[in-house]
Amino acid sequence: MRFKGSPTYVATDDLKLAVNAAITLQRPLLVKGEPGTGKTRLAIEVAESLGLPLLEWHIKSTTKALQGLYEYDAVSRLRDSQLGDPRVHDIANYIVKGMLWQAFTAERPVVLLIDEVDKADIEFPNDLLRELDRMEFYVYETRELVKARHRPIVFITSNNEKELPDAFLRRCFFHYIRFPDKETMEAIVAVHFPGLKKSLLREALEVFFELREVPGLKKKPSTSELLDWLKLLLAEDISPEALRSKDRKTIIPPLHGALLKNEQDVHLFERLVFMARQNR
Amino acid sequence: MLTGFFLKLKAAKIPVSIKEWLTLMEGMHKGVIEPSIDQFYYLARTSLVKDESNYDKFDRAFGEYFKGVETLLGAEADIPLEWLLKQAELNLSPEEKALIESLGGWDKLMEELRKRLAEQKGRHQGGSKMIGTAGTSPFGAYGYNPEGIRIGQERSRNRSAVKVWDQREYANYDSDVELGTRNIKVALRRLRKFAREGAPEELDLDTTIDKTARNAGWLDLHLRPERHNAVKVLLFLDVGGSMDDHVKLAQELFSAAKTEFKHLEYFYFHNCLYDFVWKENRRRHSERTRTLDLMHKYGHDYKLIFVGDATMSPYEILQPGGSIEYHNEEAGAVWLRRMLDVYPKAIWLNPEPEQLWPYRQSIAILREIFAGRMYPTTIDGLERAMRYLSK
Repeated sequence: MRFKGSPTYVATDDLKLAVNAAITLQRPLLVKGEPGTGKTRLAIEVAESLGLPLLEWHIKSTTKALQGLYEYDAVSRLRDSQLGDPRVHDIANYIVKGMLWQAFTAERPVVLLIDEVDKADIEFPNDLLRELDRMEFYVYETRELVKARHRPIVFITSNNEKELPDAFLRRCFFHYIRFPDKETMEAIVAVHFPGLKKSLLREALEVFFELREVPGLKKKPSTSELLDWLKLLLAEDISPEALRSKDRKTIIPPLHGALLKNEQDVHLFERLVFMARQNR
Repeated sequence: MLTGFFLKLKAAKIPVSIKEWLTLMEGMHKGVIEPSIDQFYYLARTSLVKDESNYDKFDRAFGEYFKGVETLLGAEADIPLEWLLKQAELNLSPEEKALIESLGGWDKLMEELRKRLAEQKGRHQGGSKMIGTAGTSPFGAYGYNPEGIRIGQERSRNRSAVKVWDQREYANYDSDVELGTRNIKVALRRLRKFAREGAPEELDLDTTIDKTARNAGWLDLHLRPERHNAVKVLLFLDVGGSMDDHVKLAQELFSAAKTEFKHLEYFYFHNCLYDFVWKENRRRHSERTRTLDLMHKYGHDYKLIFVGDATMSPYEILQPGGSIEYHNEEAGAVWLRRMLDVYPKAIWLNPEPEQLWPYRQSIAILREIFAGRMYPTTIDGLERAMRYLSK
């Protein structure tokens, strides 16, 4: 099994290599990067291009490591016991399998995505060390050891909100997705809008990368915002000329609301444009 | 094999462990990569470096260690002299030979080259004299000197991975660089700690079920307080005087801190802490808060962060009446020690570069008072500070 990129996802060489190393050595791959650089997308694309099923486990601040393994539904059992349901005698009826359990016991290897691992409690990654390393865990309620039939391909994404423990990092491969440069960005846009006019693309990227350079923006526009914006430009049938200007600093690009998602950013940007006009 | 590289990374202060090193070896053994230096670079990075702030250090260490390999000569040679010479000979056209004559002949040129090689200690780029790349010296690659010899340009101009680590694209993520607001936020976030405090008003389902089960099915409700951010911080900012250079940084720190904590109180002081502080700089002479009142008002679970350059005359810390603004009856050091007695978790953030600290007497004194808990305002320093505070 080797990941060679996919027609709908542009992966750089170093990213492909990191994915392949994780597949071959059967270790999790930890992916970090700016928001909107395709961290979550990566797992989806890898699963698709390798033809494997994908299991997604989205982490929230309240998620516990145990929930990924299994949950004991005590409330149903309590209710059933009051109703005299015969199922109540077997505790296994009330064990709900978590994502890791499903991944471990699947018929064939799967891709498992643990999304935004840094959202959870600081102890969360530590609680998964043995599970990810040995790919097995113990169910205390039924006294049963669950072992992986096939080691799943694990992707873990992080937004850098919390530092992950060293012991956890040692067990992973790591890749930091950089914000794409112009060439890569052109390739990415080409994947999403195959018929896009060259001239429009060039002007749009000019505007986009210049906007990213504006100092003091709270949220820099990312790839997903660029794609949304291009979709709007196409829908509104805006010509490349409308984006071009001799002195680009003095115009506000059309539909800029798709790129700047923050009121203060829009104000800041408009003020800068206004100042540039006055100084002209 | 390659153990030297491992040690090189260790020396560059990159936290690599033996387990990760073995993973890299396993990857090479299992044929994850083709035998090429680019691929090796990527594999080594993905298996050894687990934080993008270390990418830059890694690039530098990799570049240094594999500089020799890149030129297909011994990895030990700092400047592969023989290779340079050989390549130079190969590249010479009759016109270039004529140019050499204009510099005084081949022998003189080589003599000069050897002399400069001896002068030059490390890798070099730019400049007008040293041998390296992109300069105007008669020696080196990518140069502008019309009389120069092109040395090794063909070989290193192809898109090899060397370019990747030579570009040092990850320099921004190095944790020794200065902070932006976002970086400060990430660092401060470490301090965020959740605790349950206050009135019990949230249904504690787990305990309720447990108690109900123990109660043979009779409902036994249990409540617990809500979880919220429980870190309390007192921030003291030095204003005026020598801090003027650092005001912007202090402001950024303050704006970042404001959004991160539920309980944050800030006060200003000048140079050193004395018997009062103030909340608004404009009205610093009319609206003051007595330091003693602070200590009585805020509990000892508050964490103290002082921000200041700690650059002043030692008298301002050690002598009663040392303050440059008014006559203080007790020395600044007395007040600081008093604060530290009440609040065990206290640190001093210093915007001055850490290298300068040993040369300033007042910094040394304050460091001693703070038992070494003075940190520079770099990402790394802030991380260390927050790690201490959250312990």
